Amino acid sequence: MWKNRGIAFKLILAICVSVGLIFILIFSFNYRFSRNIIEKNVEENAQNLVQSQVNRIETVLLSVKKIPENLASFLANGSYDEEELLFLLRTVVENNPEIYGAAIAFEPYAFDRGLLYYAPYFCKHNGKIEFTNLGTTSYLYAYLDWYQIPKELNRPDWSEPYYDEGGGNILMATYSVPFYKNVGEKRQFMGIVTADINLGWFQEVVSSIKVLQTGYGFLISRNGTVITHPLKQLIMNETLFGVAEGREDTHLREIGRKMIRGESGFVPFRSIDSEKECWMYYTPIPSNGWSLAVLFPRDEFMADILRLNRIVVILGIAGLLLLSIAVAFIARSITNPLRAMARATKEIATGNLDVELPPAKSGDEVGKLSEAFQYMEKSLKEYIQQLTETTASKERIESELKIAHDIQMSILPKIFPPFPERKEFDIFAMIEPAREVGGDFYDFFFIDDEHFCFTIGDVSGKGVPASLFMAVTKTLLKAKTLWDADPASILTKVNKDLSQGNEACMFVTSFIAVLNTKTGELLYANGGHNPPLMIRSENNSPFRQGGDEGFLGEVEFLAVSKGLVVGAMEDYVYQTDRIRLKPGDSIFIYTDGVTEAMNERGELFSEERLKKQTIKLQGKSVQEIIAGTMEEIKSFSHGVPQSDDITMMVIAYKGIRK
Amino acid sequence: MIRILLVLFFLLSVGVFPLDAAETPLKKASFIPQWSPQSQFAGYYVAYEKGFYKKRGIDLTILQGGSDRPSSQFLTTGKTDFATMWLSTALRLAANGQEIINIAQVTQRSALMLVSKTSSNIKTPQDINGKKVSLWGEDFQIQPKAFFKKYNLDVKIIPQSFSINLFLRGGVDVASAMWYNEYHTIINSGLNPEDLTTFLFYEHGLNFPEDGIYTLKKTFKKDPALAYAFVKSSIEGWLYAFSHPEEALNIVLKYISQAKIPANRVHQKWMLNRMKDLISPPGGGSIGMLQPRDYERVDYELKESGLVKRTPSYYSFFVRCDKDVEK
Repeated sequence: MWKNRGIAFKLILAICVSVGLIFILIFSFNYRFSRNIIEKNVEENAQNLVQSQVNRIETVLLSVKKIPENLASFLANGSYDEEELLFLLRTVVENNPEIYGAAIAFEPYAFDRGLLYYAPYFCKHNGKIEFTNLGTTSYLYAYLDWYQIPKELNRPDWSEPYYDEGGGNILMATYSVPFYKNVGEKRQFMGIVTADINLGWFQEVVSSIKVLQTGYGFLISRNGTVITHPLKQLIMNETLFGVAEGREDTHLREIGRKMIRGESGFVPFRSIDSEKECWMYYTPIPSNGWSLAVLFPRDEFMADILRLNRIVVILGIAGLLLLSIAVAFIARSITNPLRAMARATKEIATGNLDVELPPAKSGDEVGKLSEAFQYMEKSLKEYIQQLTETTASKERIESELKIAHDIQMSILPKIFPPFPERKEFDIFAMIEPAREVGGDFYDFFFIDDEHFCFTIGDVSGKGVPASLFMAVTKTLLKAKTLWDADPASILTKVNKDLSQGNEACMFVTSFIAVLNTKTGELLYANGGHNPPLMIRSENNSPFRQGGDEGFLGEVEFLAVSKGLVVGAMEDYVYQTDRIRLKPGDSIFIYTDGVTEAMNERGELFSEERLKKQTIKLQGKSVQEIIAGTMEEIKSFSHGVPQSDDITMMVIAYKGIRK
Repeated sequence: MIRILLVLFFLLSVGVFPLDAAETPLKKASFIPQWSPQSQFAGYYVAYEKGFYKKRGIDLTILQGGSDRPSSQFLTTGKTDFATMWLSTALRLAANGQEIINIAQVTQRSALMLVSKTSSNIKTPQDINGKKVSLWGEDFQIQPKAFFKKYNLDVKIIPQSFSINLFLRGGVDVASAMWYNEYHTIINSGLNPEDLTTFLFYEHGLNFPEDGIYTLKKTFKKDPALAYAFVKSSIEGWLYAFSHPEEALNIVLKYISQAKIPANRVHQKWMLNRMKDLISPPGGGSIGMLQPRDYERVDYELKESGLVKRTPSYYSFFVRCDKDVEK
């Protein structure tokens, strides 16, 4: 799939993917980093904001605490009557705007031995100072938290927030200070002095905390009871733990536990009412252990960075698109000429060398390639032109050679039987040149009515020079027989003529024989030629008697005197041998193209094989002997090209029939 | 033809409207639970809202209970026909000559317990020895005191009010709690169960079945069918509440807000689930049945603590009204 895609596609994909990855990497790093910065800033701001509010509350609480503490120390040390006590308590409530009310609650019978409960209480009800005696049967203060807890703990304590039914009748929190009287050595618990604060003020302070659009603060007590919250139904009705249970939020429960333990922290937090993701900072109010928490809506703080991120993403995508276009442009500048070149090359391949190649516009690699292609086209054109010319001249030479071949062949006698009226012998010959023109030749003619001359030759070398030399030799041979019928003398003369002015140092092997058709006497001379084969007829084989073990049938190489190749040495004299042919005998003459025919293993056809073949063909007609031998040579060489001319001639002597 | 149609119509009407429900006029009756509305009484509110009482021919009025409106007093003074009470409360009333009978023991298991913080190093009952323990009044003290006696503990008893802040602030080491109420309040004040050591009295051989339905003997004699119908409807209400907890919670919360009491759904849900555990505890008694051995145990402990001298017999005290067909 990928392999077959274009360069432009691969480039765009590879570059865009890597650049995109880099972008994502940078982007996410940037996002995390800036988010951390914002988170850190929010945390710092949160800490300052919450701490300032806590300080504001704490200041009030501290001043509230002093009031009952002072009263308690007065009660512990001073002596007083009821009137003084009530005046003092009233003055305290009047003069201290921070407190809503104050009470002095005595232990049973501690104020008056005749009175079970005595607890004067002043509070600011609707701006007016009101007096209540809490010591009634419907308000058993001895069992209320604000009394019981500091009593049992023997120390001052802030109460949980509560609706004081029958007392102040508002949502309040009470600071209770136990007071004692020294009876002898022992310290005796006398009662509790209290100062109430109206939690309405707390609620105002906390609900005035606004962070951006939706951030808010809330306050919880030591039990986790929600004292202030934008969600009204939570106030004094739920603890943070109840909310956690309702939402099955163990994380919230854990946070709540940390808050009531007096810890501070900055934590991720899901807003209880809106379920929004927020950060929350919480810190305790030192005096009473309540905890103030402020929620910082994450999305609002992150709004800027989110907007920035959106812009960055859009820019990134735009950049990536631009990059893709640029890459596509570059890729096109590469692939377009390449494609054009591919088209042109295909065209060139079909043989059209005149195709316009795209011009090399630039000096880059593509330009170089274009140049190279143009050069190649030019060279190819020139080469083909040369080739055309060469081929033309070669064709001319070949046609000339063809003509030369025809001429050469025409000088050889080719009509068989050549002398149909002569019944004394049969003759057949064939020549198979290795090239268009060859150096082999044969000839036969009657010198006179009785003497029949036949000859065969093989010029050294091949081709045109050999063929010319062969023509000369053949002409000379025939010319010399006009005056002489002795083969040796003919050869000697021809040798002399050829040797003179033999600049090319060429020579020819030749066998020449003259047959007396009447007597069967055969005179012959050999100029370095392969000895012919003598095929005896069965009837007159001399080899029958004698019992020679090497007897191979009625075929034997003709015994020839040694003779030098013709044309090598000017004064060389050849010898004539003679033999008498009996009717039925045949002479097989050939050139070395026969014995030296090669097969694919480099083996030669050899004289041995020729002899065997000839035995096989014994008794056949002259044409059949030659055709059979040729067939055998062909099947032996088995397609290996013929390297030398093949010439064969058979003369079968029949004698004169009566 | 018309006659046949009339007969057919009559037959169909009988099939659709059962005679006993449709044709008898509703009997007026009243009921008061021993506390203000909460899931502790979910069964009765649900039965009322789902019309189970009406179905059995009762035109019921549910009176609002509360600390200043003791159900025992309402019952003995004839302000109500039926009331729920603790078995121990009822037995003491009976011992004092009040002619009341238990017509259904609803909870089978005591929910009263002692709670301490593990930070106070209390792990076994013996560890409570010498500690400050806050107890509620009267009937709430019978089991704790029997518990202290059983384990031979000498403790300092501090009166306990309705809040558990004294315990949370460390004013006492051990506090009383109802499993379905204060225990959950403690948990939702930030203490985890593992921060607490609990002593449920039923686990210490002091199972005092608590909420039961009571009526005066004379009320029962006058119209036993009414008592049967009331108990059966109430139990049906309970079973419905357990199988439809969210619907039951909605009903309970409605009653709570009608009584102008802060309503806390999470808390009421906890309470309803615990009521289920108390009413049909695994391997425990069956709803409505007062087990003789439970009766004997309470009777014995009350006598031991010197709170009662003579008590009625089990059979004159308890009339099972949930199973038998009214006779």
